[in-house]
Amino acid sequence: MASLDDLKKRIASVKSTQKITKAMKMVAAAKLRRAQESAEKGRPYSEKMNNVILNLSNGISDKENAPKLLSGTGQEQTHLCVVMTSDRGLCGGFNSNIIKKAKNYFAKILDEGKGLKIITVGSKGNDQLKRVYGDKIIENISFKESKNANYFDADKVGKMVIEKFEAGEFDVCTIFYNQFKNVITQIPQAQQIIPLNNEGEESSSEESYEFEPDEDEILSNLLPKNISTQIFKAMLENSASEQGSRMSAMDNATRNAGEMVDKLTIEYNRSRQAAITKELIEIISGAESL
Amino acid sequence: MSEEFKVEIVNPEKSFLVKDDVSEVVVPAFEGEMGILKDHISIISFLKPGIIKILSKSGDENYYVEDGIVEFKNNNLSILTSTIFNLAEMDKSKQQDLLKQAEEEANKTDINDQSKYLADQKVEVLKTLN
Repeated sequence: MASLDDLKKRIASVKSTQKITKAMKMVAAAKLRRAQESAEKGRPYSEKMNNVILNLSNGISDKENAPKLLSGTGQEQTHLCVVMTSDRGLCGGFNSNIIKKAKNYFAKILDEGKGLKIITVGSKGNDQLKRVYGDKIIENISFKESKNANYFDADKVGKMVIEKFEAGEFDVCTIFYNQFKNVITQIPQAQQIIPLNNEGEESSSEESYEFEPDEDEILSNLLPKNISTQIFKAMLENSASEQGSRMSAMDNATRNAGEMVDKLTIEYNRSRQAAITKELIEIISGAESL
Repeated sequence: MSEEFKVEIVNPEKSFLVKDDVSEVVVPAFEGEMGILKDHISIISFLKPGIIKILSKSGDENYYVEDGIVEFKNNNLSILTSTIFNLAEMDKSKQQDLLKQAEEEANKTDINDQSKYLADQKVEVLKTLN
């Protein structure tokens, strides 16, 4: 059995851990509020953008000559996957959930004998993926310096994806991120952004639009913007999810630490009492033998 | 019979402005300025750098935009833009900054014609502001 001194030390160490996790939870909660707000504020833009594109693509007459970003290259040989994770750890299953989802997808693609290229956004994803898929990772981006998700960063990723697409480096692009549902639930998502997947979505109206200039020109201007917008949306959702996930993970850790302190304290008191009792018995039996 | 319609301006970070007592909006569309009144036909167009004028009962407002998309449908005007400033809140130094940036961009030689044209537009619009 551990000595009294050891127990005392352990209790002190668990208590200080608890303090840290509690502080992290507070910080995450404060950040979560902001991240959630901006995720909600960012939604109208991406929804509107989606709507406009939907209306446009329905209105387009010549499907054959539609921009490649919309219709794809006509084959599905090489897949590009943009895996978006956080730059910091200690956020529960946040990163591993995305990675798990992504790995399933990778395995499927490789089974089908197709090419795979990976861009990781956020250093945690890169750390976890480079062991198995190190040779597939073509780019690793991290926005450690930026405090909050901003459009400028998303635009950088978007431009890079488009550049690679135009250079013919891949046919299909999918982004992986966590969608924020609530503090406890984040749903890992795989969203295909090139070619744009509009199946299952019906345009709200059959109304015809006037276009100025013509559809093709608008589309070719709009589609690259949409890529950045979708990536930005994913970044916003991700940052809200990250904070939510961290908050609940730290909450759990704080509670577990509390339980541990209780258990250790009981053990400590028991051994202390046992020691006292033992001493008493020794004194009494010593006195009796006189 | 009111002659008002709703306008909504959103940028990636948030919903920038919502107004539903607007009588006319003038947007710098790609092929020239375009005034939109109530019951305009549904239209989609995109913007070049310029000034959005919003005329409403509660007063006129002017915004400087660098790019964006406008969609008008069922008397709802949506403007999606990534760079927008309210002229009333924009001070001279901010204008100068933007102008300097735009001029630098316009003076680059390695850009294509369209970016060059857009940069020139920016310079022009910003100059008229000063």
